[in-house]
Amino acid sequence: MSATPDFLSRDSFVERDARARVQALVDDGRFRELIDPFERLVSPWLLRQGVVTQSDDGVVVARGEIDGQPVVVLAIEGAFQGGSLGEVGGAKIAGALELAAADNRRGVPTRALLVLETGGVRLQEANLGLAAIAEIHAAIVDLRRYQPVIGIIAGTVGCFGGMSIAAGLCSYLVMTREARLGLNGPQVIEQEAGVAEYDSRDRPFIWGLTGGEQRYRTGLVDTYVDDDSTALRAAVIALFRRGRPAVERSQRCEQFLARLKRYDPAGQVTAEQVRQLLAEGAES
Amino acid sequence: MEKFEYRYPAGVTAGGRAMVGVVGSGDLEVLLEPNAAGTTTVSVTTSVNGYGGVWQAQLDRVFKGALVGPDAPAVQVEINDFGATPGVVGMRLAQAFAVLGAGSGVGSASGAASGGGS
Repeated sequence: MSATPDFLSRDSFVERDARARVQALVDDGRFRELIDPFERLVSPWLLRQGVVTQSDDGVVVARGEIDGQPVVVLAIEGAFQGGSLGEVGGAKIAGALELAAADNRRGVPTRALLVLETGGVRLQEANLGLAAIAEIHAAIVDLRRYQPVIGIIAGTVGCFGGMSIAAGLCSYLVMTREARLGLNGPQVIEQEAGVAEYDSRDRPFIWGLTGGEQRYRTGLVDTYVDDDSTALRAAVIALFRRGRPAVERSQRCEQFLARLKRYDPAGQVTAEQVRQLLAEGAES
Repeated sequence: MEKFEYRYPAGVTAGGRAMVGVVGSGDLEVLLEPNAAGTTTVSVTTSVNGYGGVWQAQLDRVFKGALVGPDAPAVQVEINDFGATPGVVGMRLAQAFAVLGAGSGVGSASGAASGGGS
């Protein structure tokens, strides 16, 4: 994809932790954190199950500016419990999105940027995590009436489960080659469908179907970028400048469903077939 | 999961706070906040049982030795550990005190350098 010197000079976004990712995205690296780690709003459920908590519950809520406009950046830490969302982390994201919408109703044009690195609901918190994710969905749909909501999926965790639906509700999505986006993770599909149909250890196969490049080529993602912090920030700025899309992607679901109906599940699907099926006549 | 508490002699009260690291595999989170002059307290929560002796030895090395030392600012240290090796524990603590010294606190506490811990 690129020469070695180019690769070495890159500032990897994937390798940054959630807080450092926020720093790379906002203007001048300056932001104010809401419900910061020292408030110790940790999960009340993990400790009871013998699981060590993280002081921010794996979610960074940051206010700052991007391209000179007010923004709230919501970054999930993929290294903590697989980026899973429980009661607290989920409420932090939903609450921040709701505040951004309230800002807009008061005439302050706050936008939202989600850095999605998550396996979805935190199994130890079960229904509370599910409820929080439903609140996030509702809050994205509310906020996108005023401002575009952008999601970044950089990898290496990717974005799965209920939060893949949140990604689908975003006005715009940015992905890298390292990231994957899917409703169910590969191991879950393998368990349900059988290893013959879906081998979760076959990495080229998995990335071929759910990786960033494929999602971009099938019209489910708007911008496909290298793992480079400067490139990601530039991509976000360009998308915010587009303003709200005339029609949100999730409102075009009938188009996607019509194309899926033409799919014959009798044989094993290939990445190329999916591209032909979904990308045909697709608008991004 | 196990919890430990330790106390070490320290210098003056710290002038700020600092936070580095992630509760991820082989890594840990360190939070520093000001404590009364003369004493640093360390509170450890670890996912791995049976390593109390190793924690004691490594924290003694850090807080009595050259890495942080008895003249360092007095802080309350909170450690949330997810199976970090003693070497990583030492590096994260040194990083936390470096961030404390730079006065950048939490907003920029875990810069690109924190990616190197795991």
